[in-house]
Amino acid sequence: MEKLINQFEFGLFFWQVLIFVGLILLLKKFAWKPILDAVNEREEGIKNALESAENARKEMQNLQADNQRILNEARAERDAMLKEAREMKEKMIADAKGEAQAQGEKMIEQAKAAINSEKNAAMAELKLQVSTLSLSIAEKLLKDELSNTEAQTKLVEKMLGDVKLN
Amino acid sequence: MVILKRPLRFIIATFLACLPLVSFANQEVDSAQVKVEATHEVAAEGHHEGAHAEPTDLKSKIKAFIGHHVLDSHDFSLTQDDETGESWGFPLPVILWDNNELHVFSSAKFHHGKEVAESKGNYYAINHHDGKIYRTDASGTIHENEETGFPTNVRPIDFSITKTVVSIIAAAILMFFIFTSLAKSYAKNGGIASGVGRIFEPLVVYVRDEIAIPNIGEKKYKNYMSYLLTIFFFVLFLNIFGLTPLGINATGNLTITFSLAFLTFLITNLTANKNYWGHIFWMPGVPKPMRIILAPIELLGVFIKPFSLMIRLYANIFAGHIVLMSIIALMFIFKSWIGSPLSFGLAFALSILEILVAFLQAYIFTMLSALYFGAAVEEHHHEEGHH
Repeated sequence: MEKLINQFEFGLFFWQVLIFVGLILLLKKFAWKPILDAVNEREEGIKNALESAENARKEMQNLQADNQRILNEARAERDAMLKEAREMKEKMIADAKGEAQAQGEKMIEQAKAAINSEKNAAMAELKLQVSTLSLSIAEKLLKDELSNTEAQTKLVEKMLGDVKLN
Repeated sequence: MVILKRPLRFIIATFLACLPLVSFANQEVDSAQVKVEATHEVAAEGHHEGAHAEPTDLKSKIKAFIGHHVLDSHDFSLTQDDETGESWGFPLPVILWDNNELHVFSSAKFHHGKEVAESKGNYYAINHHDGKIYRTDASGTIHENEETGFPTNVRPIDFSITKTVVSIIAAAILMFFIFTSLAKSYAKNGGIASGVGRIFEPLVVYVRDEIAIPNIGEKKYKNYMSYLLTIFFFVLFLNIFGLTPLGINATGNLTITFSLAFLTFLITNLTANKNYWGHIFWMPGVPKPMRIILAPIELLGVFIKPFSLMIRLYANIFAGHIVLMSIIALMFIFKSWIGSPLSFGLAFALSILEILVAFLQAYIFTMLSALYFGAAVEEHHHEEGHH
């Protein structure tokens, strides 16, 4: 123990404390503070970067979900449009068909009417022709029997009066 | 601690296995005494008449060499040659305060403790045994107390820049450059460390995350960071310095560990809050008579804690140096083909262990300092059974 105490040297103690305390103060100002600040800052930076990466990932996921949704919507819309178009096409075809039928019927009606009127006209013509013809026939026939013109005419008129031409 | 077990066991086993060889070698040394030179007679003639005789045989010479290595010294000698008595190294300034006068001279005047230095009419000599400077007469006589063996000469207050002071200055300068360059590299490199300081950044973060925050708490650890980081790297650097062949032994010096522990003691008690003192003098949660008994024990604990810090670091490094040097010295004692490889192998294994110890002791010192600071600033009330 005495040997240990004898080893204590005041001068060395003085230098050691002086140098060591000086070293602490110097290093505190020029080394430890900037080093610890830089390390802290870097750690904060890493933490922030990780956080923002995580956020970006989440955002990306959201975006992807959004995209999917929009895509689905678009697909649905396209399907709807296609369906509508198909319906429209069918309707148009049906409409066109109906119209064409109506038109055709109308034309047939008209043709029938025209045919009827033509037939009537032809009949009237025929009647006229027949009467003229029969008159001429009768004239020719009766020319020979002009002697008896009066009696003949009376007969003819009587006959004509009987014949009711329709 | 778990890591320690295996190499320790290995070394102990190897040691035991080699014991017979060592005892055999001892006899050899005795018979080889013829080789011992008389160079020290020249050295001894100056001021050692009254002192014990210079070591003459190889074993005690090695012992003396190791003994000198672990002490502080007034010059920085890297190597020496026993045959010629020459040393390679450089002298350091000696600063003494004696008789209200400042004496400043170069330690070259002592000629490695072999001569008496004169300054302003006073004579000073280095005592061979503790490496300290005493005031003597012109011939350099050192009187020793018959019972204790300690010199009775007057000791001037010694502010010399000794080897240890040089090494702590070197460690301080090295630390300052490494860590300021690390601090600057952040700004230059966009928040990422570069250069040599980069090696130490994980250690800085380790001290913060594994030592300071768990022991002191998220709220208050920042106040202690500068101290903890400085002490960690200071102890680490000096421990590592001690493993270099420069022969530095700073953290194995009691004065150094004392001053470090002293600072921890000061900081702990000066920053302590009411809660801490309450736990010492009037322990809550125990019966009143017990509190009276506990108070002196707790108060003693206040001093024992830094004391244990001081002794732990000192003893670990000191013992490490002694053992390592002894193993290296085996090479000279064996004087046979088996000595050098064995000594080398053991020294190599032990050096690796010492590197671990260097880190471990720096860690433990910092850890315990942080623990004491944490106890001093703890806010909430704790259950009994905690100290």
